[in-house]
Amino acid sequence: MNKRAISVTVNGQQHQNEVEPRLLLIHYLRETLGLTGSHIGCDTTSCGACTVLLDGKAVKSCTVLAVQADEHDVTTIEGLAGADGSLHPMQEAFWNEHGLQCGYCTPGMIMTSVALLDRIPDPTVDQIRTGLEGNLCRCTGYQNIIKSVQAAAGVMASTESGGQS
Amino acid sequence: VIPAAFDYAAPSSIPETISLLQEHGDEAKILAGGHSLLPLMKLRLAAPGILIDLGRIRDLAYIRDENDHVAIGPMTTHYMLESSDFLRQRLPLLSTAASTVGDMQVRNRGTIGGSLAHADPASDLPTIVTALRGEIVATGPGGERTIAARDFFQDIWTSALEPDEVVTEIRIPYGPAPTSYAYEKFRQRASDWAIVGVAVSLDRQNGTIDRASVVLTNVGTTPVTATAVEEALAGQSANAETIQRAADLASEGLDPSPELKASPDYKRHLARVLTRRALTTALQLS
Repeated sequence: MNKRAISVTVNGQQHQNEVEPRLLLIHYLRETLGLTGSHIGCDTTSCGACTVLLDGKAVKSCTVLAVQADEHDVTTIEGLAGADGSLHPMQEAFWNEHGLQCGYCTPGMIMTSVALLDRIPDPTVDQIRTGLEGNLCRCTGYQNIIKSVQAAAGVMASTESGGQS
Repeated sequence: VIPAAFDYAAPSSIPETISLLQEHGDEAKILAGGHSLLPLMKLRLAAPGILIDLGRIRDLAYIRDENDHVAIGPMTTHYMLESSDFLRQRLPLLSTAASTVGDMQVRNRGTIGGSLAHADPASDLPTIVTALRGEIVATGPGGERTIAARDFFQDIWTSALEPDEVVTEIRIPYGPAPTSYAYEKFRQRASDWAIVGVAVSLDRQNGTIDRASVVLTNVGTTPVTATAVEEALAGQSANAETIQRAADLASEGLDPSPELKASPDYKRHLARVLTRRALTTALQLS
């Protein structure tokens, strides 16, 4: 089958590749670009470990073709930290609040949570639970993940309202 | 798991899409959001020779008020449906139901056109569009035709679309008065498909139900209109007795196929219980 040229901006950097149409976005990110932060869990659109942002929206990259990301913008977990290595407030919050144990679901949890706060900056516990219903964690029991998202929302709100940047 | 190899075409217009469909016939599948099709392809339950991606055609994602109906573009995502203020006001059954499809990530990608064309009786939107007496606009080589939702769904994964037709719009009528509505679905886990779902839309005048629409998800090969329930509600006063009597008829004539997690009897039971709950919610009698 014919390969197709694609141009995808990933974490602010443009990449041009020739890919098979059947190449999934998650495989493109992990294998073609070497960005292994996004994980493959269930591979059936259920667990959310492969969640990345596509044009700012959370998507499960096991159910998107790389060719569908052509001329679009992708953000992975590797793209969250600052250039100086400073963690994104969501990463910081997962660390501080013990929002992870084994860490397998964490990249997807964090990307979904970032997208959730983009839509609802000050979510209720219910809204966090609903927002994260497409992300499965088998260790934490979710409580600390909810706390992490709440903590990050607080930090991000105070930063927005004119605190330190 | 990786899908079987396929060719990929990304047309920039509907006419170009139709030529591609004519050229490739049965080998071709339309790709919208891909959230029904790609999982099937990954499981190798589908292996189309070529995917025709609508993702690069401009202006296929919209929600437009046409005064007596709303026109929805086929690439409109579930998220657009759930977050539309206009739909929340005029067709809240549609926006409410869309907000229960899958999870946030799925709703960001999945589309109304894809969901309807996929014609899975376990999906929510076929039920909802049927309950709202919507129409599907199909465009093929001979031009446009409009198909009532009640005629569109023909069998499991089988719609009235011809192989060289593509869904180009969904039209849903609305009246001046707000309707009473509810969508109840019973799931084993968060973000699962419905084991059974029930959509209810009622036109009321004072205390009387003028017209009822009651449609069930995942109890047959298509969305199933609960005609007996609709008839038992029409012209009746809206009270608990009416609801109970009507809801008891929800399993009449149902012949659901058994599933791993639900026997036919259990599904018939759910149909009655969920219909009662949906009617109670819709009429705010709880």
